[in-house]
Amino acid sequence: MKYSKLAAASITALMAATPVLADLVFPSLSYRTGPYAAGGIPYADGFADYFTLLNERDGGIGGVMTSAPECETAYNTEKGVECYEATKGEGALAYNPLSTGITYQLIPKVTADDIPLYTPGYGRTSAANGKVFSHVFNFPANYWNAASLAVNHLKEVSGGDLNGKKIALVYHNSAYGKEPIRTLEGLAEKHGFELVTVPVDHPGQEQKAQWLQIRRERPDFVIMYGWGVMNQVAIQEAANIRYPMENFIGVWWSGGDHDVAPAGAAANGYKAVTFHGVGSDYPVFDDIQKYVVDTGKAAGNGDNIGKAIYNRGVYAAMLLAEAAKKAQEIHGTPDITSSMMRDGMEALEITEERMTELGMPGFGPTFTVTCENHGGPGTGAIQQWDAAAGKWSLISDFGPSDMELIQPLIDEDSGAYAAENNIEPRCN
Amino acid sequence: MFYREAGDFKTSYRDDNQTFPIRLDRMGYYILMFVAFLVVPFFINDYWVNAVFAPFLIYAIAALGLNILTGYAGQVSLGTGGFMAVGAYACYKLMTGFPEVSIVIHIILAGGITAMVGVAFGLPSLRIKGFYLAVATLAAQFFLVWLFNKVPWFYNYSASGQINAPERSVFGVIVTGPNTEAWAKYMICLVFVVVLAWVARNLTRGMMGRKWMGIRDMDIAAEIIGVNPLMAKMSAFAVSSFFVGIAGALFFAVYLGAAEAGEAFGINKSFLILFMIIIGGLGSIFGSFAGAAFMVLMPVLLKNVLVGGMGWPTDLAAHFEFMIVGGLIVIFLIVEPHGLAQLWRLTKEKLRLWPFPH
Repeated sequence: MKYSKLAAASITALMAATPVLADLVFPSLSYRTGPYAAGGIPYADGFADYFTLLNERDGGIGGVMTSAPECETAYNTEKGVECYEATKGEGALAYNPLSTGITYQLIPKVTADDIPLYTPGYGRTSAANGKVFSHVFNFPANYWNAASLAVNHLKEVSGGDLNGKKIALVYHNSAYGKEPIRTLEGLAEKHGFELVTVPVDHPGQEQKAQWLQIRRERPDFVIMYGWGVMNQVAIQEAANIRYPMENFIGVWWSGGDHDVAPAGAAANGYKAVTFHGVGSDYPVFDDIQKYVVDTGKAAGNGDNIGKAIYNRGVYAAMLLAEAAKKAQEIHGTPDITSSMMRDGMEALEITEERMTELGMPGFGPTFTVTCENHGGPGTGAIQQWDAAAGKWSLISDFGPSDMELIQPLIDEDSGAYAAENNIEPRCN
Repeated sequence: MFYREAGDFKTSYRDDNQTFPIRLDRMGYYILMFVAFLVVPFFINDYWVNAVFAPFLIYAIAALGLNILTGYAGQVSLGTGGFMAVGAYACYKLMTGFPEVSIVIHIILAGGITAMVGVAFGLPSLRIKGFYLAVATLAAQFFLVWLFNKVPWFYNYSASGQINAPERSVFGVIVTGPNTEAWAKYMICLVFVVVLAWVARNLTRGMMGRKWMGIRDMDIAAEIIGVNPLMAKMSAFAVSSFFVGIAGALFFAVYLGAAEAGEAFGINKSFLILFMIIIGGLGSIFGSFAGAAFMVLMPVLLKNVLVGGMGWPTDLAAHFEFMIVGGLIVIFLIVEPHGLAQLWRLTKEKLRLWPFPH
């Protein structure tokens, strides 16, 4: 017991010494270590760099400086909880943990603590139903949209008919990877294809057995829901069994530059779904280069700009910053609280003009968040890897997903959550 | 000078056999209990309970459980994470299946279910020992996690395979779910820890504990003097799994509130708890607490020092944390191979003689 006392005493001393940050605080529960660091680093860099840009270029949001203090979670739920509790007291306005496991942990907590949780393209899909999940937002697209977008694309490339085709889903055997199964089962029924599910256990460094199964099953297409080191290994294994890359399509979390680069030329033609623009041909990245990287204030080495996952971090930060601005407008005060921030997110409106103004023309969809719909439009495009040039390029327009199929599933799952937790539907 | 037996006269066998024969120890114990029950709950906040106390207390229960099996009965187990998962999923199924029954009963029943599973997986210990048994329990670890991932009934057919603890209360005070007060979360863990530690202490110094230690030290000799190895080994597996199951149930229901088998109860958890008892001290109740404290609090402390105090980048700090904790483990085990408990024991020996060592 001596140790705990000693430790406790030291922590008290330290916590007292930590300065209180009186800014607009957007904690970044990042992970720069562990098997998921490959995706965690560019995302955290993008997220931090955008807020640094706002401080350097515009003097913060509405005249108040921003800060994005990082807390290392290593994609681990226990550390995620610790990070949440540690940063909560600093006046956190919104959380963006980049982990579906941590999101599930935080959904009830943030609702009790009145802090919004923003999970773009990940987390609990049915949180798109704002009637049940008052404090969770996952615009502009979610896992089920991704599954539908992938299937839409596959349908297009097979001449408008998926009847009798076989599609394999290679997924991370966790809450994240299991999310799309229900949607894909629905889609399989609707379009008449056969679905084969192939789970890969954490962390996914060894996938010989899974790809042997794929070789045996000979699916026409493979969809992947992977993250971290699992992506690189899967793409390499697919190359090893000579699986045609253009028939292999990943969710947006399996579409990072670092995922395809290790396989070299063999990864050429690999596809992934995305809900935002690719590349660095947007004015905002020139600003980041000028104000953040060149002044030595970049969160990382500054070499991630324009990479798929970095762009997503920037995009998430941009939407949060816009929501904060909206909250300032609604409540007429620059110093917003987390509760006001939630109102701002619920009233968020992204227009093409605003995105052009921000230096991100056409970077993402235009949409309006409402009390009922926290999930955005659910649109996305397909990007394809060009190994020779070493970059992604969009091969389709931003198209809609099958909301006819997804919306009932969202209602069903959120309804089950509401029943389990005695939640009265809002927005009436 | 102050820490000594002399002058503390025992007039009955009962006094002679008490857990803390030295007055200062006894007083320390009572003060600790007083502080834990009547001081800490008034000062505790969300950060302290979620980052420090809840994990420490829950891991202490798991470490006590594993220490009974490995430290006292000498049966190496790498299945702790799997058994914790049994406790967690049993608790979840009971909580959602019988919402009107008290959560305390569910947690104890979850321990009971885990005890049965533990006995089933302990059966091979009758034929195999040491490393071979470790491999058999490793199979339990992987099988159980696979089972909870594979069979949707265990997670009530939820889309993601996550289990979420609904809100439950004890005597009208909410103890699970997001609206739990910090002190309530702390108290329920504390009550379980104190009761279980008391049970463990008294089991291990009674006949059952002596049988376990006999089996541990030399099973053939123990059998010759009349210890039934079947009963001794099975009871060790049962009691140990009961403790681990309760730890798993608390870990899921009270501490995390949501869990998935692969992430929360993977092989890493088994190793973590095994390291706790090795560093704390095999075959020692105090060692279980010391080991849990070391493994839980050290990373949090280092993180706060390096990131909060010195302003290092989080990734650098995280890597340094591994190196420092790893280094400390090596140093501790070189200085004292029998763990922190042995260090504590030696300190007490020295204190008894101080300031006149001869």
